[in-house]
Amino acid sequence: MLSFLARRCVALVATLLGAALVIFIALEVLPGDPAAVTLGLNAAPEALAALRLEMGLDKPAPVRFLAWISGLLTGDLGLSYTYRVPVAQLIGERMAVTLPLALAAIMLATSIGVPLGLLAAANHNRPTDAAVMVFAQLGLAVPNFWFGLLLVLLFAIGLGWFPAGGFPGWQAGPAAAVKALLLPAFALALPQAAILARVTRSSMLDTLQEDFVRTARAKGLAEPVTVVRHALRNALIPVVTIMGLQFSVLIAGAIIIENVFALPGLGRLVFQSITQHDLIVVKDLVMLFAGLAILVNFAVELVYGLIDPRLRETS
Amino acid sequence: MTTRRDLLAGAGAAALAAQLPLVALAQAKDSVIIAMTLEPPTLDPTSGAAQAIREVTLLNIFEGLVKMDRTGKIVPCLAESWEIAPDNITYSFKLRRGATFHDGTPFSSEQVRFSFERAVAPESTNAQRQLFTPIAEIATPDPASVVIRLKQPTANFLYGLAWGDAVIVAPASAANNKTNPVGTGPFKFVRWNRGDRLELERFDGYWGEKPTLAKATFRFIADPQAQVAALRAGDVHAQTNLAAPEAVPQLKADPKLKVSFGKTEGEVILAINNAKAPFNDLRVRQAIAHVLDRKTIALGVYGFDVDLIGSHFSPLHPAYIDLTGTYPVDIPKAKALLAAAGFPNGFSCTLKLPPPTYARRSGEIIAALLAQIGINASIEPLEFPQWLERVFRGKDFDLSVIAHTEPLDINIYARDDYYFQYKNPEFKALMAKIDVTLDEGQRDEMYRQAQRILAHDAVNGFLFILPKITVTAAGLDGMWTDWPLPITPLAEVRWR
Repeated sequence: MLSFLARRCVALVATLLGAALVIFIALEVLPGDPAAVTLGLNAAPEALAALRLEMGLDKPAPVRFLAWISGLLTGDLGLSYTYRVPVAQLIGERMAVTLPLALAAIMLATSIGVPLGLLAAANHNRPTDAAVMVFAQLGLAVPNFWFGLLLVLLFAIGLGWFPAGGFPGWQAGPAAAVKALLLPAFALALPQAAILARVTRSSMLDTLQEDFVRTARAKGLAEPVTVVRHALRNALIPVVTIMGLQFSVLIAGAIIIENVFALPGLGRLVFQSITQHDLIVVKDLVMLFAGLAILVNFAVELVYGLIDPRLRETS
Repeated sequence: MTTRRDLLAGAGAAALAAQLPLVALAQAKDSVIIAMTLEPPTLDPTSGAAQAIREVTLLNIFEGLVKMDRTGKIVPCLAESWEIAPDNITYSFKLRRGATFHDGTPFSSEQVRFSFERAVAPESTNAQRQLFTPIAEIATPDPASVVIRLKQPTANFLYGLAWGDAVIVAPASAANNKTNPVGTGPFKFVRWNRGDRLELERFDGYWGEKPTLAKATFRFIADPQAQVAALRAGDVHAQTNLAAPEAVPQLKADPKLKVSFGKTEGEVILAINNAKAPFNDLRVRQAIAHVLDRKTIALGVYGFDVDLIGSHFSPLHPAYIDLTGTYPVDIPKAKALLAAAGFPNGFSCTLKLPPPTYARRSGEIIAALLAQIGINASIEPLEFPQWLERVFRGKDFDLSVIAHTEPLDINIYARDDYYFQYKNPEFKALMAKIDVTLDEGQRDEMYRQAQRILAHDAVNGFLFILPKITVTAAGLDGMWTDWPLPITPLAEVRWR
């Protein structure tokens, strides 16, 4: 078990290093000088040279790569080219928006999607099942930015219950912050709920045909007990996999929703940094997303083990 | 049956209900939320060219010796008056007494000298240091006087001092102005939630007339649809320049809002690489000028009429002349010109477009217009940093579309290495003469001549002026509707 863990850790470090190298090289070949972007069309050459020096762009690439990696290890993510504040602080501020948003979305998606899927499976080939499948189809077909716009139209412009966008910051009080995050969380959650409903339904239907379910039924267990205690546990494995995948998607893929609702989250930070050529922020963020994806995958594997003892033994 | 008591209660409720909006309005009376499309990267206007920096800070947080009013006129600010000696190189400023910085530092001539010397220092990243390079010497005979001697007469020296790059900063706070700006303006910086909003509050120690607003918030909303939603939901009270022109009819129909159209100093041009064949042939450029149907292009981009231009000059300036008729739309003539230049069947070229909507949309229409005379322009969309690298610095392009937003920047055509590589000794000489001509009437005449030269040479395709679409709450007055400088001075903004 220990050697397995050690091997996994080595692989993890190697993956992260490889990712770092790829990210660095990819951004290195991008044309465009961050100093020129900052100073604009009529910049004097002396001012450009001074700014390049200030940004450390005069050093050769390998030196900058090593400086970046050692900075990452010591928690020093560098100074944003455009904002001129530590990147760690920037990311921290944005996390305070994106993380609650993603968590709220995944909670909403789960609490809507999983029960609906179960309901559909339990009522296989009946009208309830059909209704759920129609909902799921709609949820997948409607782009979430459009759904977001509809929510804004109804709840912000029409009824005036929620702000149309923006984030007052947690210092404005939890009520105001939650109010600002609710509509975007719903918009984000809808397609995820639809996916979860479909996966839960089909996984449940598959599981209900397995031998152990037949055995349970043959033992004379009541149907609800069979479904919840025996089938549900096993049916959840693909559901958890999907949820793990969704988490990364939600963190990195909230760009559009964050734009629709003008939310200062990580997604918008990535987008802004790329257009402003703030390469140091782009590097750090892509690295962060890579790290998060790897961690979530790891967590998902642990959850498999909790759900299904057989998986624990084989690994 | 309705009793008297019911009626009374109803009347009371109605009175209460009638008061509710009043209460809301009273609360809004001394604070305002202004939305803009781009967020400033930092808050120091002397360290970067981003328009958003000036838009937020100039005349709100920071002030210069002089300022520009909403009509583009230079008026006193931290200097209450000035004299230009007959030698035309000595400027004596009498400074405002009693002005202080937000941290309590008294304003004096020392900071003026410090600010201007800092701007030309070798390590300075001031994007407009050419404003300060004519300065030979800065003398400070007493705390309320500054005497600046120039190396040679410089006609637009005062004009440049009104720009954000020339604001007065204090030695103790200058280094931190990027994140914690300290100026002499009517508002002081409170908080900045990056990516979302920036808060200002009235500076009670301000030397001038106190603003009516106690609190002002800038919100940064990049998405055009989100801007419209925020305005309609009442989340913001004004949008400095709407990014969604297609939403104009919808916003105009809303009685709670008011929409106004203004001019800016942003000339949108079809940039042409004058040094590269076949564009180095005047006939080819004339042919292009003859097919550029400005009205169609502007309508396609905005859906309403904007100011069309025939040269590199904004109608905001008194010396502006309308040269849009220099090369009227004339397809047969354009074809003949191309044939005379040796391209009876046209040619292929590239059209490199930066991201702004006006550029991408204009580009599509221009490509279609050029196709009429056989010029096959293939569109290459670029990100802005790539555009800067390849087109602007590398001069590796045939055609491009971009807005030049610096005010009064016609002198870029006198720079040999500027990206469209126009070389005309006559024009250069004219610009040099303008630089040393202090008489405004004479100078304006020369500006007119310069416009005619550029229009005749068809250096670039001159298209239209970027419009400023200001949307405000119906009861909000005082927003700038024209942009002689792209700024939003909040001291002039008030609730009716």
